[in-house]
Amino acid sequence: MSSRIIGIDLGTTNSLVAYVDEATGLPRVIPDADGRPLLPSVVAFTPDGIVVGEPARRQLARRPADTVYSVKRLMGRGFEDVKDEARYLPFRILAGEGLVRLAVGGREVTPPEVSAVVLKALKERAERHFGESVEKAVVTVPAYFNDAQRQATKDAGRIAGLDVVRIVNEPTAASLAYGLHRLSEGVVAVYDLGGGTFDVSILRVKDGVFEVLATNGDTHLGGDDFDRVLALWLLEDIAARHHTELDRDCVDLARDPEAMQELRLAAEAAKIRLSSEERTTLTLPFAGFTYRREMTRADLERLVEPLVGRTLGPCRRALADAGLSAADIDEVVLVGGSTRVPLVRRRVQELFGKTPHSQLNPDEVVALGAAVQAHILAGGITNMLLLDVTPLSLGIESLGGIVNVLIPRNTTIPTSAREMFTTSADGQTLVDLHVLQGERELAKDCRSLGRFELRIDPMPAGMPKIEVTFLIDANGILQVQAKEQRSDKAASIEVKPTYGLNEAEVGRMIEDSFTYAEADVETRMLIEARNEADTVLVHAGRALKQGAHLVDVAERAAIETAVAALRAARSGDDRDRIHEATTAVNRATEHLAEVLMDAALKGALGSRRATEILGER
Amino acid sequence: MFGLPRKLVVDSAELQRRFYALAREHHPDFHQAAPAEERARIEATSALVNAAYRTLRDPIARVEYLVRLEEGRETKEGDIDKPKAPPALLQEMFEIQEALAEARSEAAKGALDETTRATLAEQRESLRARLKDEETRLAGPLSARWDSAAPAERPAILAAFKEALATRAYLRTVSADLTETLGGDTEAFGRAIEGRHGSAEAPRTRGGMGGHIGAPHQ
Repeated sequence: MSSRIIGIDLGTTNSLVAYVDEATGLPRVIPDADGRPLLPSVVAFTPDGIVVGEPARRQLARRPADTVYSVKRLMGRGFEDVKDEARYLPFRILAGEGLVRLAVGGREVTPPEVSAVVLKALKERAERHFGESVEKAVVTVPAYFNDAQRQATKDAGRIAGLDVVRIVNEPTAASLAYGLHRLSEGVVAVYDLGGGTFDVSILRVKDGVFEVLATNGDTHLGGDDFDRVLALWLLEDIAARHHTELDRDCVDLARDPEAMQELRLAAEAAKIRLSSEERTTLTLPFAGFTYRREMTRADLERLVEPLVGRTLGPCRRALADAGLSAADIDEVVLVGGSTRVPLVRRRVQELFGKTPHSQLNPDEVVALGAAVQAHILAGGITNMLLLDVTPLSLGIESLGGIVNVLIPRNTTIPTSAREMFTTSADGQTLVDLHVLQGERELAKDCRSLGRFELRIDPMPAGMPKIEVTFLIDANGILQVQAKEQRSDKAASIEVKPTYGLNEAEVGRMIEDSFTYAEADVETRMLIEARNEADTVLVHAGRALKQGAHLVDVAERAAIETAVAALRAARSGDDRDRIHEATTAVNRATEHLAEVLMDAALKGALGSRRATEILGER
Repeated sequence: MFGLPRKLVVDSAELQRRFYALAREHHPDFHQAAPAEERARIEATSALVNAAYRTLRDPIARVEYLVRLEEGRETKEGDIDKPKAPPALLQEMFEIQEALAEARSEAAKGALDETTRATLAEQRESLRARLKDEETRLAGPLSARWDSAAPAERPAILAAFKEALATRAYLRTVSADLTETLGGDTEAFGRAIEGRHGSAEAPRTRGGMGGHIGAPHQ
């Protein structure tokens, strides 16, 4: 079925893919072969090829310069935006105009290309699950993502061979997942604190319509920042306690990317432990000494308190924009892994005066909601409708560098606005429009989305009547149309995205992604699964030959069936099936293995060692 | 569009119910399989429904829209008969602006002294209260009067609308200027209350393009 649409949560730290199970009507996350629902959003560029997910995450500390994590924070951004943060990132970010470029593994890549590797892995995971190709997806983004960041996400999808049929805001997706059974009608606040981004959305749920009233957030605030303040605090503590060793060995940990990455990972692990425990011990081995210290939840809370405090301003602004006060909120929903931090829960509860919902796994709820929206688009659900808003005001630069707002923030989308323009010089053929997004009055303080150049027929000044239409589609992405009314000719528009990829670049990236497809870790993992299956088949065959007379007919038949099933699975491409069949053969031969072991011990098999027959289990 | 009578006093629950019904009917989500051209048309309709609801759910926006309709203008700008605020108000706003300019140049030299600060804050509170009164009057009694007025009475009410809208615009602008100088509670209130949008003095010229000749309403 080519009309299948999957739901993808492309997260800062982890990504997931989900779908709606036709039988139950409920959304489900598709796990990997080992049953893990989360795919770490980590991509390593190694000499052997590109590695994604858990294997890439495992080498974060080993190959810090070539392993990209938290790339979502770089999507749709320029070097100037991220250079402060770049100091803390172990991989190299190239200085330059336009969108951010990374230098990793001896090549230059853009954030959409890195995200495309993650999306492709999820696409393949879904394809294995369904046993057919998947081409369409709903992908979620933080509600507060601007146009360039949304466009970059769409580009990532295209590079991965996915048609992104809808971009959905993460908090709204979460409300859809909850809305299926758990929300009653009323006003809902969704507080979404993820690995790198923070969003808050206020929705009215009524008659199956999920109407977003206001949204606010910070696209640079999340669990990553918690880890960073904790890591820097640890760094100071290490310097204070072990300065003798550090001085002796002339070590500056802050300049050692591997040590810093170890520190960051240790900080993250400690933060996670402190969500469920009151105290924890950190042990970090360094060359020449081992750092150990006990840390309490109060220590962590003292460090992250200012960060948690930064989420409260956007919550109040969203309430004000919705024309509501905290008392008007009927339900509060928590989304994102960082809402597991007890301090975050306390602050949210204090602000809204309600015990927040967290029945659904905060890591999975966004993907589940994306699957629900995908099902709506596929025609599977007709009684639910999501009415989202554009998070930021959209305008044009006018004289004096002032922004003239055409579409104010929190306008329900799709929406459109029209403006009429004319020329100031005789025979003018080129009109330049500078489109901006943001809440500040001056163009220089807003985000430049791009320049649109309109080409028109020459006419005396003031004669042309150029109608420019801005349309924000249901994805929150801007489209611009222009028409010169006197000649009734559509003016041709050239879009120059400030922090984006142009058509040619996306095209080239799609081609590139096919050329390195062979090196994909997913393919490699399939090969590994087949190798494991081969090993087990050899051992099972040998065991049957040696010990067929030691077990009864029924058991022999069961083993033969399992072996036949594994042979069949091995010839296919479904890694999950191969894994399952391999486990089944192992289980079926368990008893035979014991019998053979006994026999070997009794010397019935002469001097041959049992392990030689059975293989290392 | 919403099948409701053309009145300024609107049953907001009913309006919302009809909006949800129309939104369902025309939302692109339910027309994914349609050909591209059809989808573009649905998207445009959906944008129109959303814009209409945005205008109608806000009592002040309703009045502004009515004034435009009554004057036969499609655009927000270009009205020949400029809305005028009462001269007394203009004089008062002018004085506050002057005091503000002085306070600003003072602030540029050093800190704003406490007395000036307190005076400005007091003025802002008073302006905010008047703004609220003006909005309540527009949305309440004035709107109700329009709905029940005979055709002959309407031009007078229309003029009252225009004066009230102009007054409101001045109160908002000056109040926002005060907030800017005083700093402070912008986070809690932000532009939800004192937006720069909708100001009567919105810039009308733009760089590099020549003038623009008016912004038609969607």
